[in-house]
Amino acid sequence: MKIYTFLQQNDGKPNRNSLEALAAAQQLAEQTGGSVSAIVFGSNIETITDYDLAEIIQLQNVELENFNPLAYVSAFENLINAENPDMVVFGHTYETRDWVPRLSARLDIPFLTDCIGFKNEDEFVFTRQINQGKINSDVKTTGLTIISIQSGAFRLDSLKSGSASTREFTVDLSGISQSIRKGEKFQEAKGSVDLSRAEVIIAVGRGIGKEENMDVIKELAKALNAEIGSSRPVVDYGWLPHEHQVGSSGQTVSPKLYFAIGISGAIQHQVGMKSSDNIIALNKDENAPIFEIADFGVVADLFEIIPKLTEKINSLS
Amino acid sequence: MKICVLIKQVPDTDSVIKISNDQKSIEMEGITLATNESDSYALEEALLLKEDQGGEVTVLSLGGESCQQVLKDALAKGADKAIHLDDDDYKDLDILSAAKVMVNVLKDKEFDIIFSGLQSDDIGNAQLGLIMAELLDTSHASLVMGTEILDEKTIKVKQELEGGWFQWSELDLPASITIQSGLNKPRYASLRGIMMMKRKPLESIKVSELNLENTSSKSFVHKLYIPQKTKETVFIQGSADQVVDGLIEKLTNEIKVL
Ligand SMILES: Cc1cc2nc3c(=O)[nH]c(=O)nc-3n(C[C@H](O)[C@H](O)[C@H](O)COP(=O)(O)OP(=O)(O)OC[C@H]3O[C@@H](n4cnc5c(N)ncnc54)[C@H](O)[C@@H]3O)c2cc1C
Ligand SMILES: Nc1ncnc2c1ncn2[C@@H]1O[C@H](COP(=O)(O)O)[C@@H](O)[C@H]1O
Repeated sequence: MKIYTFLQQNDGKPNRNSLEALAAAQQLAEQTGGSVSAIVFGSNIETITDYDLAEIIQLQNVELENFNPLAYVSAFENLINAENPDMVVFGHTYETRDWVPRLSARLDIPFLTDCIGFKNEDEFVFTRQINQGKINSDVKTTGLTIISIQSGAFRLDSLKSGSASTREFTVDLSGISQSIRKGEKFQEAKGSVDLSRAEVIIAVGRGIGKEENMDVIKELAKALNAEIGSSRPVVDYGWLPHEHQVGSSGQTVSPKLYFAIGISGAIQHQVGMKSSDNIIALNKDENAPIFEIADFGVVADLFEIIPKLTEKINSLS
Repeated sequence: MKICVLIKQVPDTDSVIKISNDQKSIEMEGITLATNESDSYALEEALLLKEDQGGEVTVLSLGGESCQQVLKDALAKGADKAIHLDDDDYKDLDILSAAKVMVNVLKDKEFDIIFSGLQSDDIGNAQLGLIMAELLDTSHASLVMGTEILDEKTIKVKQELEGGWFQWSELDLPASITIQSGLNKPRYASLRGIMMMKRKPLESIKVSELNLENTSSKSFVHKLYIPQKTKETVFIQGSADQVVDGLIEKLTNEIKVL
């Protein structure tokens, strides 16, 4: 099997999730007796010449210097049509979200996003998580397939080193549509809450139900002298300011204790808190994915437990 | 401004999901269905744009008969027309095929903007909006957190990037834009809206009656299962009082934060 994997570069370095995808591609090649080629846009390839690769295919073109979805799609379309790989592997990055589905439609080939693994049992299948991580779905495809790999699903330390020769592939992108014009990147002003320093974080999710119930959480946080964190919906609803949000589009934290209350544990939340020293999860659904990473779990209605817990803690001091 | 919003009906995020006996689908009995979360924000953005710019909002959903409910909700909130693509004879389309079916009815309607959610809460392909852009040959942007019409031919969008970064982009219209949650406050339907809804057009088209080519799926669900736990979570069980005592014990002796 001829496997191509795209190494997205950010600030001159390969993106971490892309390298994890390379690790996945290497394992895929091992299982299928295939080869892995890495595709790179731009001139900077020193950082990847030490991996075990069939070759590095380099595309240099002014249109590819900065992220431009339409140019990226055309470049890959050219490459794939010329070289007929069997499988193309990406990291599931935000950039991937912003162009690869379009590539899949252009080539009329399936794209399986956010895969966490693959296996060859009775058939060769890729595993995706569906229903917000509650269910795993093994998917098969026919013909040339694009997949993207979930962040954290493959480990960087499993990357095999070696050497690789480089080959240039030239594309003509002179006629590319300029209908999408990317502007400057910016960060919004930082809020006053720095969760990365907190020793204890009480984190609240949609399970809290409504804004009026937030006091249940605030009182526990006060009793434990803790900061309050949250999942994205709580911020989306305006129940807490954005600076409390933990996850891929919020803060990354690793406190001594992360106490997740009414949070299901979607992957985008997990990436922001899974390296906490201790995780306690309270959820009324015993199959909530948060229990996958929790050290201690309580399956219960939060309103039956948390007020009592707060009261008990307060009575101790 | 002619705007289309793609709305999917999905199991409510609070649902307890069970797998059917064939291990290929979700048991739908006992499941509460709802509008996909990011699609509610997409609809609100469309309604705000209409209020600001004038024009018309059409909502479209592909699915079984039940998904007429999410269309009715959208009409009650202020959408003008609804199209239901009834897939009863065409279940389990993969996302590329689903997009082709939608394009079949949308291609001649000359929308300026197609809004969709960034990702469906059930299957989570995170793809449809971009596939539509490709098949309809429009510009696109994903994970949009803000919109601003610059002129008749251009829209400016604020895109969310990783790690707290954002980026403004300009798109030529027509454009297909996928919306990230939290950019606005989705409205509730008013009583008047609910009354008006009953008089608004809701067209239902059977997928099997469309003139379709090249729409067979290329990816297939092989098996669904509950993920195996890899972590040994210690569960604290018992009555509420026992659980509270158990938690106090962990907080004091093991985690040492009390
Ligand atoms: C690109 C992208 C970026 C994202 N970034 C982030 C991010 O940075 N951070 C983030 O958190 N999410 C992020 N998300 C959203 C993420 O996918 C989930 O939708 C979100 O984390 C779910 O939040 P939740 O767990 O609070 O809600 P839900 O998934 O709705 O879970 C609520 C939980 O509460 C439980 N519950 C309900 N009532 C009770 C009760 N009375 N007692 C106990 N338990 C109860 C339910 O069983 C359920 O498990 C992102 C998504 C995308 C696509
Ligand atoms: N069956 C459907 N009917 C209407 N809209 C859909 C459907 N499937 C997906 N969408 C839209 O496409 C978005 C992304 O879905 P997906 O690509 O499946 O993650 C959703 O948020 C919806 O806006």
